[in-house]
Amino acid sequence: MNALAIENLSHGLGKRKALSDVSLSIGPGSFTVLLGPNGAGKTTLVSLVTGLYNAQHGEIRIFGHSIRRDPMPALASLGVVFEMPTLDLDLTVDENLAYHASLHGLSRHEARKWASTELERLDVAGRRSDKVRSLSGGQRRRVEIARALLHRPRFLIVDEATAGLDVAGRRRLLNHVRSLCVEGLSVLWATHMLDEIEPADQLVVLHQGSVRWNGEARALASDNTLEAAFLQLTGPKG
Amino acid sequence: MKIRHALRALAGIMRREMLRFVGQHGRLAAAIVRPLVWLGIFAVGFRSVLGLSIIPPYQTYILYEVYIVPGLAGMMLLFHGMQSSLSMVYDREMGSMRVLLTAPLPRWWLLGARILANTLTVLPIVYLFLLLARFWEVRPPGMGYVAALPALTLAGLMLGAFGLALSSLIRQLENFAGVMNFVIFPMFFASTALYPLWRLEEVSPVVAGLAWMNPFSHAVELIRFALYLRLESVALVVCSLASIAFFVLALWGYDPGRGFWARRTAD
Repeated sequence: MNALAIENLSHGLGKRKALSDVSLSIGPGSFTVLLGPNGAGKTTLVSLVTGLYNAQHGEIRIFGHSIRRDPMPALASLGVVFEMPTLDLDLTVDENLAYHASLHGLSRHEARKWASTELERLDVAGRRSDKVRSLSGGQRRRVEIARALLHRPRFLIVDEATAGLDVAGRRRLLNHVRSLCVEGLSVLWATHMLDEIEPADQLVVLHQGSVRWNGEARALASDNTLEAAFLQLTGPKG
Repeated sequence: MKIRHALRALAGIMRREMLRFVGQHGRLAAAIVRPLVWLGIFAVGFRSVLGLSIIPPYQTYILYEVYIVPGLAGMMLLFHGMQSSLSMVYDREMGSMRVLLTAPLPRWWLLGARILANTLTVLPIVYLFLLLARFWEVRPPGMGYVAALPALTLAGLMLGAFGLALSSLIRQLENFAGVMNFVIFPMFFASTALYPLWRLEEVSPVVAGLAWMNPFSHAVELIRFALYLRLESVALVVCSLASIAFFVLALWGYDPGRGFWARRTAD
């Protein structure tokens, strides 16, 4: 079953059409890149998929559960890293993770166990008793990834998580999330950075609220560089 | 919704609110110092406000300090409710509201838990104030402190729900100062917190009418009567209905299909 299935999704914010007839699907264990320039509608799409507000038209299903009609099982199988940092700066890493675990109904034992596993994998376990305020930008992002994985979701959405990180930090975060797909996790990686894409990735190019490309990244770049193909899709004539 | 999951989430939300409140030393200090300043300074200057009359639930002539203590307890709840509302707007602007609202639980439960957590967080501070007020000869019966607990809780829930509803209507953090001036101060001053209704009626029937319609007055009276082991049933009904109305308004504001979220510009 597809991790995510979006059919004919349209949504307006005020008079502006933010998304127009968007359809896409993400298979299990797939790493799908949602690529688009700033203002393309990526964050609106993420907000609709996470049920923060309802789409005006169209249908969103997560593992077969409609986010509008059956949101609880859909949200339970979903982990999200939002574009904006969402950690409580004045609480410790552990306290932030415990809060998230409680919202997902984990017992203290489970929360501690999975927090240790994820923080160690992301190499931030040494900072777990520190206040988030004292962490670097890269460490905070890694804590957010750990938090999003705490309740063992089957589908992870990462919205522009590498913004503001240095090259090494970006590479590290990306490699880690890619490695999770090998374990069966489906990932939707929203970004505007072309160098985060690999030829075998599933690629969805979003521009001005509509899907301009949906397929393997290498197919888009077959005749040209990925950058040139992307600019052609999103340029004035695109 | 699984009960165990819902209760764990409630406990987690409560723990977070308490950690945040205790961690904000300035806010904690202000919460206790503010009513003490009113009691220690303001009340001295306004001693003559009450005049000579016996006002229920008191059975004898009372000092002004005795009169305003329930009002100041209400003020603590009002300011705390508004601070929480401010932190909701802040959370929304900063994004951490998204963490709460993407939890796999019904939104009414998540928002209700947040209001309850906020109320229970401030109650120990209110009790500390009530105990310190004994130094000003404000000494309700011992059982009054017990009887005041449900009254303080209901008043806190009502004001918390009011703050939550406001937070869903405020688009930006910057607008909060306007809310303070146009909502909170009139709500506090046009109430029975600082002066009894009959005194207001003497001076301005209009303000007295506003004070009578003000749910905050009823919250204060509920606390006042409970402290002296009496039930003010009108206040109880008004506070209960107002709590429900404010909560429904807040749910509307945070409904994914309507209210604030639907109008939100996300990109």
